[in-house]
Amino acid sequence: MHELSIATLVLDAVNAQANLRPGMRVSRIGMRLGDLSGVDADALTFCFEALVKETELANAALEIERRPQRNTCPRCETEFTVVNYESACPACGESSTRSVSGDELELAFVELEEP
Amino acid sequence: MNRVPLGQKVLKENDRIAGELRERFAEHEILCLNLVSSPGAGKTSLLERTLESCAPGDRVAVLTGDIQTDNDAVRLARFGFPVKQITTGGTCHLEARMIEKALADWRLQDIDLLLVENVGNLVCPSSYDLGEAAKVVILSVTEGEDKPLKYPAMFFRSELLVLNKIDLLPHVPFDVARARAYANQVHPGIEIIELSSLTGEGMPKWRDWLDSRRKSHHNSLATT
Repeated sequence: MHELSIATLVLDAVNAQANLRPGMRVSRIGMRLGDLSGVDADALTFCFEALVKETELANAALEIERRPQRNTCPRCETEFTVVNYESACPACGESSTRSVSGDELELAFVELEEP
Repeated sequence: MNRVPLGQKVLKENDRIAGELRERFAEHEILCLNLVSSPGAGKTSLLERTLESCAPGDRVAVLTGDIQTDNDAVRLARFGFPVKQITTGGTCHLEARMIEKALADWRLQDIDLLLVENVGNLVCPSSYDLGEAAKVVILSVTEGEDKPLKYPAMFFRSELLVLNKIDLLPHVPFDVARARAYANQVHPGIEIIELSSLTGEGMPKWRDWLDSRRKSHHNSLATT
């Protein structure tokens, strides 16, 4: 259960962005969360909502984009989504493929508007 | 409306400190391993056995993380090697800055092998880089053999799986072949060592792995 500390770091970064733009209000926060990030989207949303209550970010929406694990095949260079941990290449059957995405834990964007 | 694209890693500060630690470990040719497991899988027992098997002149040191108590450090200190407890005070994982702080008064030039025992937890520690060369995940046969499927991030990020408490296999319904298959499904080619910290079975393989991992670590440092 480290989502609370993750949410705190996200809000610190969002507030830093808001402070660069005085007079604007944060309306939306976008995150990218990989399936291998070790962070639970529901728990993160719960912590986020608890932290922003009665703050300037109370009306900001949190948008979480889930990113599946994607692997690439060293033999035929096919890139594919890993479903049910099946990491063999669907094109040529190569069993040892390399992960290229799915561990994202990123603040993707913030949207600000005039109040 | 004004969208500011950021693409910024949430744990960038942790990653920055971990990167600095990795550089310091490289400078002093230290192999740092991050031991992770659920509570009670036998991290401390494996460390006890490991320290017991070390020669007095071996340059090995241990950092052990727990939410509360210094019980593990007391257990490990009796072997005569440097041991320090990191008490997180509620945090469910170790972070790079805790390692940095714990190492502040240690002479890194006196260490070849640094073993970090993380907080018992198969979820949160997977997100935090500690500057280690590799994670080692420990799974005991009293747990479900499907743990690799339930906690894929941890098994995916670990270089070695130690299957512990194999002395109990006659008494528990744990299917070793299935556990191996699940671990390979999540992490194709993951190395697996079966051992018992209680009887010592499999310990030579673990020692061999540590020795060869140190050699490969030094070789990779020499080429970069």
